[in-house]
Amino acid sequence: MGRFHRHDDGTEHEHDHAHDHDQGHDHGGDQASAAALGDHTGYATGGERIQVLERIFGENDRTAAQNRADFAANGICSINMMSSPGAGKTTLLRETLARIAGTVRTGVIEGDIETSLDADRLAGFGAAITLVNTGNGFGGECHLDAPMVRSALPRLPLADLDLVVIENVGNLVCPAEFDVGEYARAMVYSITEGEEKPLKYPVMFRSAQLVLINKIDLLPHLDYDLDAFRSNLRVVNPGVKTIEVSARTGEGVDTWCDWLQAQLTSFRPQAATV
Amino acid sequence: MHELSICGSIADIVARRAAGRRVTKIHVQIGQLRQIVPDTLVYCWSMVSAETQFDGAELVVDRVPARIRCRDCEETTEVGDIPLLVCTACNGISVSVVSGEEFMVTSMDLAEV
Ligand SMILES: Nc1nc2c(ncn2[C@@H]2O[C@H](COP(=O)(O)OP(=O)(O)O)[C@@H](O)[C@H]2O)c(=O)[nH]1
Ligand SMILES: [Mg+2]
Ligand SMILES: [Zn+2]
Ligand SMILES: [Zn+2]
Ligand SMILES: [Zn+2]
Ligand SMILES: [Zn+2]
Repeated sequence: MGRFHRHDDGTEHEHDHAHDHDQGHDHGGDQASAAALGDHTGYATGGERIQVLERIFGENDRTAAQNRADFAANGICSINMMSSPGAGKTTLLRETLARIAGTVRTGVIEGDIETSLDADRLAGFGAAITLVNTGNGFGGECHLDAPMVRSALPRLPLADLDLVVIENVGNLVCPAEFDVGEYARAMVYSITEGEEKPLKYPVMFRSAQLVLINKIDLLPHLDYDLDAFRSNLRVVNPGVKTIEVSARTGEGVDTWCDWLQAQLTSFRPQAATV
Repeated sequence: MHELSICGSIADIVARRAAGRRVTKIHVQIGQLRQIVPDTLVYCWSMVSAETQFDGAELVVDRVPARIRCRDCEETTEVGDIPLLVCTACNGISVSVVSGEEFMVTSMDLAEV
């Protein structure tokens, strides 16, 4: 039944149905490569097989592109912050706002609400904060998608902002799959999660441009091997930048703020071309 | 567990393409570098599609293994169960992903009209 076969592009896989590969077919790419789908006419059931070749995240990605365009049109650099639950995103964000909100006009899209206290923790720094309800629809509360972020945009004074930080839902699986229109992704990892995390969640670790190694203040108290973590990270995301931080003591937070400034700088010429 | 919301996206695509005809099978391609669990997706689909216009339409998953091409030795190799982005031929880490990021509805079978 299942036929394991190799394609010209080097991919190989098994089909649980017999079909004719004489003319080859395309299992990758996008709709533009639609022409190459195989001849399935030999698969006669009286019905008809039609080719579709549509990316399942297509709708999300179109909305993400609109978000990205709206951010760019307003000169806003947007950062998607992702982590497991409790890694320290909100605490770090609070420390960040305390340092930069006076000079960088910052907005926060808060999608990780466990209690109403979470949003209160970010108040008082002059940043514009808006909450996203992730509870709607199927499988809510496990990630932000592009339409959820889009729904939050009218509640932010976009014309008056330089930076928007999106605090994603604490989850190492789903958020990696959903482009929300961000310019860059930063992941907050905490050393209390163990050294193996990159190997268990490689897709998430691979999707980040920066990995913050948080709760570094706990290093003397834990049996934790930072080098082992780094080599696990290196094999899933070679060359990714890392910063050791403690949102509790403030260690490394200035370096993270410098990284944010660097994103603002690298983003600007790109925004100007929109 | 985002498989449930993904089933909504699949239903949207299939509904648009089927244009009212009865669907018997939906072929979906999932690359190994995707955080989508095929069994969970199939299970969610059977739940979500029950008692809708897609009741009985079977979701068939085509897994695509992750392959990387090494810039150092130019070998193309398949990654293991944990998708390490390290060339298995020379241990190089300057690699590009050749396949494994697919996630699409490739085709569907329609019942005879
Ligand atoms: N020791 C220590 N605790 C931290 C640090 N950052 C956050 N925490 C604690 O970790 C818990 C979860 O933090 P929170 O910011 O809510 O995580 P989030 O779920 O990612 O937003 C809180 O009790 C924080 O006080 C840190 O750098 N060091
Ligand atoms: Mg939080
Ligand atoms: Zn097939
Ligand atoms: Zn094939
Ligand atoms: Zn999710
Ligand atoms: Zn190599």
